[in-house]
Amino acid sequence: MSNATIWAIIVAVGIGTFLLRFSFLGVLGAASLPQWVLRHLRYTAVAVLPGLVAPLVLWPAATGGTPDLPRFAAAVATVGVGYFTRNVIAAIGAGAVTLYALLWLTGLSG
Amino acid sequence: MARTKPKNTYLMGLRDGLPFLLVAGPFGLLFGVVAAEAGLTAPQALAFSTVVFAGAAQFAALQLMVENAPVLIIVATALAVNLRMAMYSAWLAPWLGAAPLWQRALAGYLNVDQSFACSAVRFEQYPDWTVPQRLGFFFGVVSPIAPAWVAMTALGLWLGEGIPDWLALDFAMPICFLALIGPMMRTAAHLAAAFTSVALALLLAGVPYNLGLLVAALVAMMVGAQVELWQARRAEI
Repeated sequence: MSNATIWAIIVAVGIGTFLLRFSFLGVLGAASLPQWVLRHLRYTAVAVLPGLVAPLVLWPAATGGTPDLPRFAAAVATVGVGYFTRNVIAAIGAGAVTLYALLWLTGLSG
Repeated sequence: MARTKPKNTYLMGLRDGLPFLLVAGPFGLLFGVVAAEAGLTAPQALAFSTVVFAGAAQFAALQLMVENAPVLIIVATALAVNLRMAMYSAWLAPWLGAAPLWQRALAGYLNVDQSFACSAVRFEQYPDWTVPQRLGFFFGVVSPIAPAWVAMTALGLWLGEGIPDWLALDFAMPICFLALIGPMMRTAAHLAAAFTSVALALLLAGVPYNLGLLVAALVAMMVGAQVELWQARRAEI
């Protein structure tokens, strides 16, 4: 792949990405959206983020896509602590501790 | 004289965004490593991280470049991976829409998973924030992440393969997003949307160009909205 091609790809992806990110912010401005649209938008975060990470949890790239107990347990601990404490930092801590503890334990047995 | 000072939302955003250095750091580092392996020059790798500024799409594009895929396919795939950001843009529009165009353009450039996810928590928690306060928060979240993303790409280019596997940095990103998801589960509608999203994303994982995630997200949003309607109706009876 030539240098010029690589630069062209970077610029094209950059412009396209900006247009996607700016899209509604740019066009709508302060115009108000209808109720039913707002009702759907309220669930954008919980509709995208869980689906974004679910495959990474179940089929981690680090193990070549094989389900991995430490990573799965760390994910469960993170969501559980986050749900019950409503504290993001506590959730990250719980996930990290679970991950490293189990990686270390499974490393000992393996 | 007790005058209530307007809350410094920029600092609050900064604080909310800091844990995401754990994500942007390793992820950017990894991009630098992979870019060097793929044969990109340092200016190209850094331009990628600055101009595109989107981890998953950068990795997807790089992967296809290594495979020598047609340029059109590479660009289309990277943009498909970023399509979810148009949804973020739609979510942000009612909250930030009254800001001047240049500020909205800047917010557009910095509209990423992290700034959106943190805003999704705080804007609804503090609905009486003014538009400048919301923008302050939004820019606060990305202030540590954006420079770190580019700097860590540079470090990755330089370090190359020298990062030990036992650090398991691959899992920093999932953990940070999972940590945000827990506190978002405020109602049965949020739970229903999240479970739909997970189930469909896994079922459709084989669909090319990340389109499975988009379908999963759209259906999950409809499920959330429907459950909200049912609950509202039941409350009326």
